Amino acid sequence: MWTFLRRRLLTSGISLVGVVVVVFFLARITGSPASLYLPESATQEQIDQFNRLNGLDDPVLVQFWNFLVGAVRLDFGDSIWQRRPALEVALSAMPPTLSLAGIALALSIVIALVAGSVAALFRFRGPDRVISVTTLTISSIPDFWFALVGILVLAVNLRVLPTSGYATPEAWILPTATLMLAPVGVLTQVVRGAMIDALGAGFVQNARARGYGRVRLVARHALRNAALPIVSVAGDRAAGMVNGSIIVGSVFAFPGIGTVILGAVLNRDFSVIQASVFVVGVGVILVNIVVDAVYALIDPRVRLGAGRSS
Amino acid sequence: MSSVPAASELEVVPAADPRPTGGRLTVHRLLRSPSALLSASWLAFLVVVAVALPPFVETAANRQDLSLRLLPPFSLDEGFAFVLGADSLGRPELLQLVMGTRSSLLVAVTAVAAAAVVGMALGLVSGYFGGWVDEILMRIADVMHTIPSLLLALAVLYVLQPSVGNLVIVLAVTRVPVYLRTARAEALALRERVFVESSRAVGARDWRIIRTDLAPLVVPTIRTVAMLELASVLLAAAGLSFLGIGLQRPDVDWGMMVADGRAYLASAWWVTVLPGVAIVLTALAANLLSNWLRAAEDPAQAARFVRRPRGGRRAA
Amino acid sequence: MTTLLEVEDLRVEFLTDAGPARPAVNGVDLRLGAGETLALLGESGSGKSVTSRALMGLVDFPGVVRGSIRFDGTELVDAPDRTLRRVRGTGIGMVFQDSLDSLNPVYTVGAQLTEALQVRMGMTRADARSRSVELLEAVGIVDAEQRVDAYPHQFSGGMRQRVCIAMAVALRPRLLIADEPTTALDVTVQAGILRLLRGLTEDTGMAMVFVTHDLAVAKQVAERVMVMFDGRAVEEGSIGNVFAAPSHPYTRRLLSAHPGRARHWRDLTKGEARDDDGEETHRAG
Repeated sequence: MWTFLRRRLLTSGISLVGVVVVVFFLARITGSPASLYLPESATQEQIDQFNRLNGLDDPVLVQFWNFLVGAVRLDFGDSIWQRRPALEVALSAMPPTLSLAGIALALSIVIALVAGSVAALFRFRGPDRVISVTTLTISSIPDFWFALVGILVLAVNLRVLPTSGYATPEAWILPTATLMLAPVGVLTQVVRGAMIDALGAGFVQNARARGYGRVRLVARHALRNAALPIVSVAGDRAAGMVNGSIIVGSVFAFPGIGTVILGAVLNRDFSVIQASVFVVGVGVILVNIVVDAVYALIDPRVRLGAGRSS
Repeated sequence: MSSVPAASELEVVPAADPRPTGGRLTVHRLLRSPSALLSASWLAFLVVVAVALPPFVETAANRQDLSLRLLPPFSLDEGFAFVLGADSLGRPELLQLVMGTRSSLLVAVTAVAAAAVVGMALGLVSGYFGGWVDEILMRIADVMHTIPSLLLALAVLYVLQPSVGNLVIVLAVTRVPVYLRTARAEALALRERVFVESSRAVGARDWRIIRTDLAPLVVPTIRTVAMLELASVLLAAAGLSFLGIGLQRPDVDWGMMVADGRAYLASAWWVTVLPGVAIVLTALAANLLSNWLRAAEDPAQAARFVRRPRGGRRAA
Repeated sequence: MTTLLEVEDLRVEFLTDAGPARPAVNGVDLRLGAGETLALLGESGSGKSVTSRALMGLVDFPGVVRGSIRFDGTELVDAPDRTLRRVRGTGIGMVFQDSLDSLNPVYTVGAQLTEALQVRMGMTRADARSRSVELLEAVGIVDAEQRVDAYPHQFSGGMRQRVCIAMAVALRPRLLIADEPTTALDVTVQAGILRLLRGLTEDTGMAMVFVTHDLAVAKQVAERVMVMFDGRAVEEGSIGNVFAAPSHPYTRRLLSAHPGRARHWRDLTKGEARDDDGEETHRAG
């Protein structure tokens, strides 16, 4: 258990360093980042002054060192637009994003567990076919378009939901549904596949040969084993939720990391983009650690050190 | 023992099976599956449209006529080009969709192909050699996994200029890890197999083994994954264009058309809805086809294609 | 001897969409008396494993079973779920080839044993638990009191197969189907398992169908053998008669394909089989 967690923390640390490096090079792809930090109307003098002030005339390695020192102190510079530390801007946007993503992911998992299990039990028969086509269709709908059509039908035509905002519970319905679009289809297919594998596994056949009923086979013997791939895919989807939240921020003006990122792009506020990449990266790493802990709880082979069996 | 076969029968191996296998079986199944056939036809139709039509309709598609702005669809008064209405600048929606077909397919297919080739090559190297090469590549894949693809694409396209080339590169780069992991897993398993060992024993060089022994066996899996990825890359590209950091005018793709219609959502729904329908239909066709193809080529899923006898036994 | 199992004209076919399938089992007849042990001998693909699964009603669509399987007077082919569930476990028990795969990796062996006893024998939790320890001791697990709380992956291959046997005999079945239970094991470990199974059938009066592709193993456990080839039973009789004077060409080929097997068998039955407790786990991950 502890060697397993230690190894996970080590690779997480490497990922974190990688994220910081990515953030640094994002700014340096085009050479001087002056054009990214300064407004487009900046004069050459202003650019030179900016370069001097920020040590951008130093060699790249020195710059990288300075950047690392800043990153260790969680200093990504100030937001030019909002005039406060970029990290603060990014962090303060996380709570609404986390709530929305959490609700959307939780609902997706519940739906996927039910639909995927039903599909697995009725493999290749009517219910399975219906569920398969439905989930494939859901996976084929672009989230931004779904959001707009949702507004068109429910807010503009039927007037049952607001077009934007987040203060009332109704305002959360469309953003949640939009955010569920990407994970729900994938998760249903994963649950189905995992359940089919588990139901066909030797230990379920053996349990069946002991005369157990169908409910016991599914709920006690298949589900816990099927949970392993489900948990790891659900964790993988955590990063994808940020993609959805950018779209949700754009269409519904739903506050969160999505709107911050879009605003930073629009206002040429590059330090906020850097801080956002960092904050999101750390968030995803934390989610992965939690996923691995859950994995170890479910599977004694992981916990007791027989390796993560596939 | 009433039906014991004659002794002579037993001296030979059981007779060869006359039933179709491999590629022939796949075609046999395709012809019997309406959804897969329909999906394949729709994709083929789009390819024809994307290749054949743009040179003829490009001028008409981009001609702006403010007198026709937001013309409602389903009327032939202004000619067939306007059967799906017009956008906010009076451009015919149908012809814009045709032009959009070309860019949407081109970007998605190129990005998928590039990611598949690069990812497979890196994955084979990673799995075959192992060691520090593998370690480094896997850590890079981990890092990429940690940054949401849309965020990475936004940041990169923000720094670089949005263009078709950069769009394809960004989409491809964010997808490389998928193929990298797949090819690596396969290469790891194949590395220990006898035929690889024997190649090594006769002194074949590593690169040659990767090329001639491993690659051909990994290609089918990579092809299946690529097929599966097509729909999601199509959606991702559309999303970037929707956010305004994908293609730029005068190029047009479906995602951009949806974004164009956004301001007129309440007054002219078709400008937003129709390009979205094109995306959904295309992504659905790709998803259905890849899902079906995976099943058709997987012996473990053979039961999917068997008709259940009426009143047949229930599974216990 | 009363007839326990009576199979008539058993046919199993796996349907495909690519034309008529070759039947996996093609008209097998079989009779087994109470307490009798039959070895079902054949190479892989001969239909012996499918036959054993059909006896348990474990053949699923697209597999289709026809003919008749009567166990203790109850028809099992096309029987409703309820009937099958009643017979499975308590009527017919089963031991599979891959012991690692046939135990649930996320529960301790004790949890799986007590579950069987509680659900199928109506025991209380405490009774089931102490009975589990007894059963593990009975199948030769040293330190059963402690090992009952271990997970399947913490056992060696041979010990794990003993756990599977304990789980099958826990429900006191009148017939045990053992589907190549020793194929995945080392020869020395194998001998221990075979002695255990023999001992259990003698002590409890349980009948056994022992599926194997190994002549020496068949000789060691059974008095009667049925040889299968290409879905058909091609020869049947007492082990001694069949092996001394094989009447069917396939059986002759099978015997001649195993030179030295007889000597090997003598070694096995004469020598004291090593206990396999110290043996390494077969699979690491």
